[in-house]
Amino acid sequence: MATQPNAAERFAQGILPENPVYRQLLGLCPTLAVTNGLKAALTMAGAVAFVLLCANVMTSLIRNLLKPHLRIVVFTLTIATFVTIADRFLAAYMYQMSKTLGPYIPLIIVNCIIICRCEVCASKQSPITAAADALGQSIGFGLALCSIAAVRELLGTGMIAGVRLLPAAWPDWGVMILPPGAFLTFGLLLGLVNWLSRSKK
Amino acid sequence: MEYMIDIALIALSAALINNFVLYYFVGICPFIGVSRRVDMAVGMGCAVTFVISIAALISWSITTFVLMPGAPLSCWIAGFFVSGETAARIDLSILSYIVYIFAISASVQFVEMYVRKFFPPLYKSFGVFLPLITTNCAILFACLTIMSHVAGVDNPAERWDLGRALALAFFGGVGFTIAIVIMAGIREELDLCDIPAPFQGAAITLIVGGILALAFMGFTGVDNGLRNALTQRAPAAVYTAVDPAHVNSNRSIDSETFYLQAVVS
Repeated sequence: MATQPNAAERFAQGILPENPVYRQLLGLCPTLAVTNGLKAALTMAGAVAFVLLCANVMTSLIRNLLKPHLRIVVFTLTIATFVTIADRFLAAYMYQMSKTLGPYIPLIIVNCIIICRCEVCASKQSPITAAADALGQSIGFGLALCSIAAVRELLGTGMIAGVRLLPAAWPDWGVMILPPGAFLTFGLLLGLVNWLSRSKK
Repeated sequence: MEYMIDIALIALSAALINNFVLYYFVGICPFIGVSRRVDMAVGMGCAVTFVISIAALISWSITTFVLMPGAPLSCWIAGFFVSGETAARIDLSILSYIVYIFAISASVQFVEMYVRKFFPPLYKSFGVFLPLITTNCAILFACLTIMSHVAGVDNPAERWDLGRALALAFFGGVGFTIAIVIMAGIREELDLCDIPAPFQGAAITLIVGGILALAFMGFTGVDNGLRNALTQRAPAAVYTAVDPAHVNSNRSIDSETFYLQAVVS
């Protein structure tokens, strides 16, 4: 059996070489749904980071008690608990943002990134490695989300996070902040990432 | 009559106008991953439609009788331990996410065992997809939508009953099937095309999905128009519902601005 990567390797892998969105194509539902503005994307990335960190550490702590046939259920219930905490926190302190994100916060429960990290890393390695892995993956996820959100918001409204960057004469490409824009932007960026990583080799 | 119109519009809206995949982006993973062959896509779509209806039935019942603020069953149980007034205020909705995901996992397991025992041919055709469905966002999304229409409304008259909940879930599943089957058909053709190497696989699927979403945007506003035509109200009522200021100043508000307003509000 191959040796497991240590904490530093896990951290570094999550950001670019195994980026959850561009490389593993996981967690596409929030990637497409909440990237019509940079603020929403950052909040989403923060919520996912919190849930991923807590769930990874918790799974790693109980990894010796897990029974193989029940582990997925245990993962999901652990994640659901932390998602409830994150959801209540957002509703209490960032009410407007929690309205904007709507059902996509509870949908973190079925986000494949978190279940995948629990399965691949946390259920086999120590809590410190699991935490490093969670941080790396969250940063990778946050970067991916922000890259898509920045392109969509800039082209769709001429602004990034409410600050106007393009001249007022810019004809806002309304379609970019609507559902089709999410598919098109992500598809083109994915092609770009593939092309860049191919030419580097 | 009013009720039938309501059901029909919920169904139309779930299946076409606000398609689960192309408008709400739920169930994207199978949309990208599974939709390579039309027959597989049909199997996956049927499995999702089946499970989503059962999950909607369970989640509607749990929300109405147990989780909702002042739900009858939990009030009745709490009545044994605390005084009547405290019991009437009981609110278990904080547990809803954990309960839903547990209900979905359990119903998927149950459906799998039942189908394997009693319908072996059916199990052969879509049984392999069943375990995957537990983590399909579309199911949880349907449960959450139903919850927001049952527990999240202030006026008890607007609360959804079981018929509306089932219509949303079943036709949401049908909409998912439509999207995934169209996509599989296009991908079968795409395999024969000469696509630039970096775009092969997921990237071209997403771009095609974007064009499909653009096509489905053409249905925007159909439900409002249809509701007005069926209940025979003045056409101007559509705009009144969105923004009263626009009715007088700008009657010919174009459909895109109208759509943007609906999205923003």
